[in-house]
Amino acid sequence: MQRYSGFGLFKHSLSYHENWQRAWRNPTPKKKYDVIIVGGGGHGLATAYYLAKEHGITNVAVIEKGYLGGGNTARNTTIVRSNYLWDEAAHLYEHAMKLWEGLSQDLNYNVMFSQRGVLNLGHTLQDMRDIQRRVNANRLNGIDGEVLDTKGVQEIVPHMDCSANRRYPVLGASWQPRAGVARHDAVAWGFARGADSYGVDLIQQCEVTGMVIEDGAIVGVETNRHGKIMADRVGCVTAGNSGVMAKMAGFELPLESHPLQALVSEPIKPILDTVVMSNHVHGYVSQSDKGDLVIGAGIDGYTGYGQRGSYPTIEHTLQAIVELFPIFSRVRMNRQWGGIVDTCPDACPIISDTPVENLFFNCGWGTGGFKATPGSGNVFAATLAKGEAHPLAKPFSMFRFHNGALIDEHGAAGVAH
Amino acid sequence: MLHIYCPHCREHREEEEFHVKGQAHIARPLDPDSCTDKEWGEYLFFRKNPRGLHHEIWYHTTGCRKFFNVTRDTVSYEIKEVYKIGEQPQVVAKG
Repeated sequence: MQRYSGFGLFKHSLSYHENWQRAWRNPTPKKKYDVIIVGGGGHGLATAYYLAKEHGITNVAVIEKGYLGGGNTARNTTIVRSNYLWDEAAHLYEHAMKLWEGLSQDLNYNVMFSQRGVLNLGHTLQDMRDIQRRVNANRLNGIDGEVLDTKGVQEIVPHMDCSANRRYPVLGASWQPRAGVARHDAVAWGFARGADSYGVDLIQQCEVTGMVIEDGAIVGVETNRHGKIMADRVGCVTAGNSGVMAKMAGFELPLESHPLQALVSEPIKPILDTVVMSNHVHGYVSQSDKGDLVIGAGIDGYTGYGQRGSYPTIEHTLQAIVELFPIFSRVRMNRQWGGIVDTCPDACPIISDTPVENLFFNCGWGTGGFKATPGSGNVFAATLAKGEAHPLAKPFSMFRFHNGALIDEHGAAGVAH
Repeated sequence: MLHIYCPHCREHREEEEFHVKGQAHIARPLDPDSCTDKEWGEYLFFRKNPRGLHHEIWYHTTGCRKFFNVTRDTVSYEIKEVYKIGEQPQVVAKG
């Protein structure tokens, strides 16, 4: 792999940047691999990267039906934070946060991780009590957090309307300074390039159409373009389509796939240098380096695979943003899109073995998967390498819906739904 | 925006008047105490999540406030039929 550096940039400028090595190969798949990862999004590519880097397993293929990072990795609002309430979730997301902090160096790829802080606003007394509880829980888990009052919030975001006579006055917020945003595509590309450099085959435009199961154990997958590809272990990281994949393997997952919409405005001058989220008025906004406001809110109520949602949801989202920022009321929206998120009943992911031996699933991240990308890949790689759940992944078994050990993060952690 | 026919109001109304309430035709186990953990967990948490035809309950929240069933395609979002609670769908997935 050609390393990226300032010197390299200078050197290639002398040849008009025409001789850069391709970031990854486009190989024809082998007949058999040690591990096949289904799904070439951020989580799948991160899994492949850490399998090769930390566990020395390089005979790996990532099979993607579209192009790398073209699903929810390309469609999220790029927010990264780890201020979750419950220990299990907090440990998992904080594990990811620590990896984020060194990710650009580790990958030799600028993922533009910007720790500009995240505010989770409180608009009622109960909101503020919940925020205090969560910030205290975060601190006990070694996660940074502060409780701010109205004045503290106003100092960080002077353009937000924090006056007391709003319908939903800003009473305060939780503030995680280490949180922020990252460049979503770069995360997928960086992991892809890293995985490829260790010899992982990234197979694009190839859809998995079936699972090859013998005596209750998976031995390979059927694909539409390359026929059967065999593997000792298979990891499914297919987000919204995980339910469909599970059905191929003959079992059900407690997932429902919903459209989650987001939108960006026209680019404007710098006005917002942090991330503002509000569960109560239900919207979140940040400003990208390009200058557009990146806006999102809750899922569409109905289930769907159409990668689009309904206009009323967008209208509610923008109502929330304008409630917080009347100054944005005349900003024009540029693009709007939807991704398919697989939501779990307890709003926590599934990183788990399954009823089929040697088949593992990493799914159910719902509306909050992007922030976990490196951590998710890291613990799932360990799970695939050892054949049993990584300690951080153990509480996220799919069998928790049978034994009742749910991790009830719904609303508890400022999860915007 | 979905345009939904309410079988009680007998009119098409806009999606904003309705709330979707999830999968239809879920039968509560007759004797919960005799369920295994697996059966009870599946009753509580495991929902069909088909890519294709789906039968679901909708609620006419800001209209007649009555429930009814809808068969909808989860890829095209097209509503295939609307029928009352207690009735069976006419449009069903093949296989």
